[in-house]
Amino acid sequence: MSGTYLGMPAFPKAAAVSTQQPTLRGNLTHATHTIREKRARAVGELADWSRLRAAGAAIKKRTLRHLDRYLEQVEERVTAAGGTVHWARDAAEAQRLVIDLVRATGESEVVKVKSMATQEIELNNALEEAGISAYETDLAELIVQLGDDLPSHILVPAIHRNRAEVRDIFRRQMGRWGRPAPEGLTEDPAELAEAARLHLREKFLKARVGISGANFVVADTGTLCVVESEGNGRMCLTLPETLISVVGIEKVVPSWQDLEVFLQLLPRSSTAERMNPYTSTWTGTTDEDGPREFHLVLLDNGRTDTLADTVGRQALRCIRCSACLNVCPVYERAGGHAYGSPYPGPIGAILTPQLRGTGTELDASLPYASSLCGACYEVCPVAIDIPEVLVHLRERVVEGGPATVRGQRTTLRPASGHAAERAAMRAATWALDHPGALRAGQRLAARSRRLVPRRLPGPGAGWTRSRDIPDIPPESFRDWWRRERGAGTADGPTGGEHGSDGSERGKGGAV
Amino acid sequence: MSAREEVLGRIRRALADVPPDERPADVPVTRDYLPEHTDPDPEAAAALLAENLADYRAVVHRVTAGQLPGCIARLLAGRGSRRIVVPRGLPEHWLSGVAPGVERLADAPELTHRDLDAVDSVVTGAAVAIAETGTVVLDASADQGSRRITLVPDHHICVVRVPEQVVTSVPRALERLDARRPLTWISGPSATSDIELERVEGVHGPRLLEVVLVTGTEPPGESGEVGAAGRAEEVGAAGGAGEAGERQEGAHDR
Ligand code: SF4
Repeated sequence: MSGTYLGMPAFPKAAAVSTQQPTLRGNLTHATHTIREKRARAVGELADWSRLRAAGAAIKKRTLRHLDRYLEQVEERVTAAGGTVHWARDAAEAQRLVIDLVRATGESEVVKVKSMATQEIELNNALEEAGISAYETDLAELIVQLGDDLPSHILVPAIHRNRAEVRDIFRRQMGRWGRPAPEGLTEDPAELAEAARLHLREKFLKARVGISGANFVVADTGTLCVVESEGNGRMCLTLPETLISVVGIEKVVPSWQDLEVFLQLLPRSSTAERMNPYTSTWTGTTDEDGPREFHLVLLDNGRTDTLADTVGRQALRCIRCSACLNVCPVYERAGGHAYGSPYPGPIGAILTPQLRGTGTELDASLPYASSLCGACYEVCPVAIDIPEVLVHLRERVVEGGPATVRGQRTTLRPASGHAAERAAMRAATWALDHPGALRAGQRLAARSRRLVPRRLPGPGAGWTRSRDIPDIPPESFRDWWRRERGAGTADGPTGGEHGSDGSERGKGGAV
Repeated sequence: MSAREEVLGRIRRALADVPPDERPADVPVTRDYLPEHTDPDPEAAAALLAENLADYRAVVHRVTAGQLPGCIARLLAGRGSRRIVVPRGLPEHWLSGVAPGVERLADAPELTHRDLDAVDSVVTGAAVAIAETGTVVLDASADQGSRRITLVPDHHICVVRVPEQVVTSVPRALERLDARRPLTWISGPSATSDIELERVEGVHGPRLLEVVLVTGTEPPGESGEVGAAGRAEEVGAAGGAGEAGERQEGAHDR
């Protein structure tokens, strides 16, 4: 009952498919423009925003440069407060840890708070295969889960669904998993929220195991912090007897005082609120209040590889506010699913190729899923220079060079002339051009993923079928090339044959 | 090698560019942001708190200590609450006006989640309130109880003492709070914007949050409005002044 990203096509193809969906694009444009303006107002209320932003970036920089020490401190404090700390090198190890912990409770159902880390490791699928039902409790995650869909936005995973679609999903699916949708459910958002309340209340009251992520882990106190709106987080964090939190190792902040920066930056950047409705903090376990057992799973899964790249490591500062998605013209047109991971938009374009490497066409194409307009950097509350990292990763894709992959130093082969490069070039042209006349009739990759092979059958297979490739006017690609290479470069690609056979590939070299 | 050793080892190798003698404090963090964004005058802070709470759809009442029991009684009656849950350390006189027919459950581990689900309202104190953000913070002290009692019931009455418990800003709040206690920061009733980014109040937490800002201290027994319970019609009269000078702010009428 939940999706997988396995076998998704490279960015340009998936993006092209998304743009043909007027409903999806309409939903996305409406939503991102609304939140954009609200965010600007919420940020404008604070005269010291730029100083908070600089402090947020500096605190994260300090954390990352001394991450080993802070993680040891987290482990010590959480353990002292009654929690148990586990370490996971990768997704598979984290899945196994969580499955074993759930099995040890004897339960076969868990309630979940929305968490990027558990989406990243595709925990729900793993639990399902282990015979454990995981119920997503965030409204948007519930919509995604019931709709057998994939999330398309960090904060509002069902941003691609409008109210009528949500009502249909609830009517059709709620009864399969628990309390059915009320008779005569309309598409009024308040009624839909009420339906979710009723459906999930049953689950919360029964739940004995909760699974969460965390927005922050405070090293000097061993405190975890979850920021949310609906109260489903509070339910999952306090009602079950066992709480398992899966947290990326980069979520650490050194001190309790540091929360004063992030609890100002995050709500205004994400939901454009002075403060989100609920924030929970907890340190280990508390007698007679909340779970009796608390497990913290510290997740690497490519983060240390990212850390090893002195330019790319700034991506680990990300506090997942989603402001960069909401301002991104490419995201707005492509939709979240095109990025092929739970991290869409500009942050996905720099994070996914670092966490997973650039070995697949999809991941190699992501650094090109941008017009380098810089709007993402402007709004980022921790000042991640996303364009800088994009350009850096393009170099890595095209020229190859040293990188760390699963903890091992290796030298990547240049992608020049390979399928990955062609996919990358196609992403770049896509990102820079209005998609123009695209073929109708393609279904959104996420919804038709059962039709997509579980594994990429071979190089190029993801995008070489000409009928899936948008017709791109050549001028814009040359514009892009000039911008990338500087005016007057002679050896840019020849324009002309974009669209059918990948002949717009560059000649390799610096991008 | 254990996962722990391996992850820590990878981190150390990844940080080969960091000089071995660098300490965390050597990475500069400039805290030149403002400690507060607003007038620290207590009355101004209380007014801003009320305004911001109301902006996020909490219903705010301002009373004197003497009016508090009557106010609580009326809010419960206005909601038609027949069963309430009470933290073990809630000042007894706060509930002295509550009608005798209202059943009181004490916050205790024996209460099941289902018991709580059958409760209409919860009355608590608070640890601190933040004016700039319209936030009340609970720290599970004796007058606030365990976290679940302010979560499962649909109606939360939260009493904040003015000016002692009101701070201007997030930094000011954090200095006062103890990280070892489980904290719940509440800014308005639960809400979602997950459907077309349209804000809807009331998903899983209490759908009605009433914050009572109480000024002054009065010993138990001198409270004003005992016996006022049952005047349900006054509750929810948005923005109207109560009979005893009590003010309600926030026009969110449920
Ligand atoms: S990269 Fe910056 S703007 Fe984007 S989600 Fe992360 S913190 Fe927010």
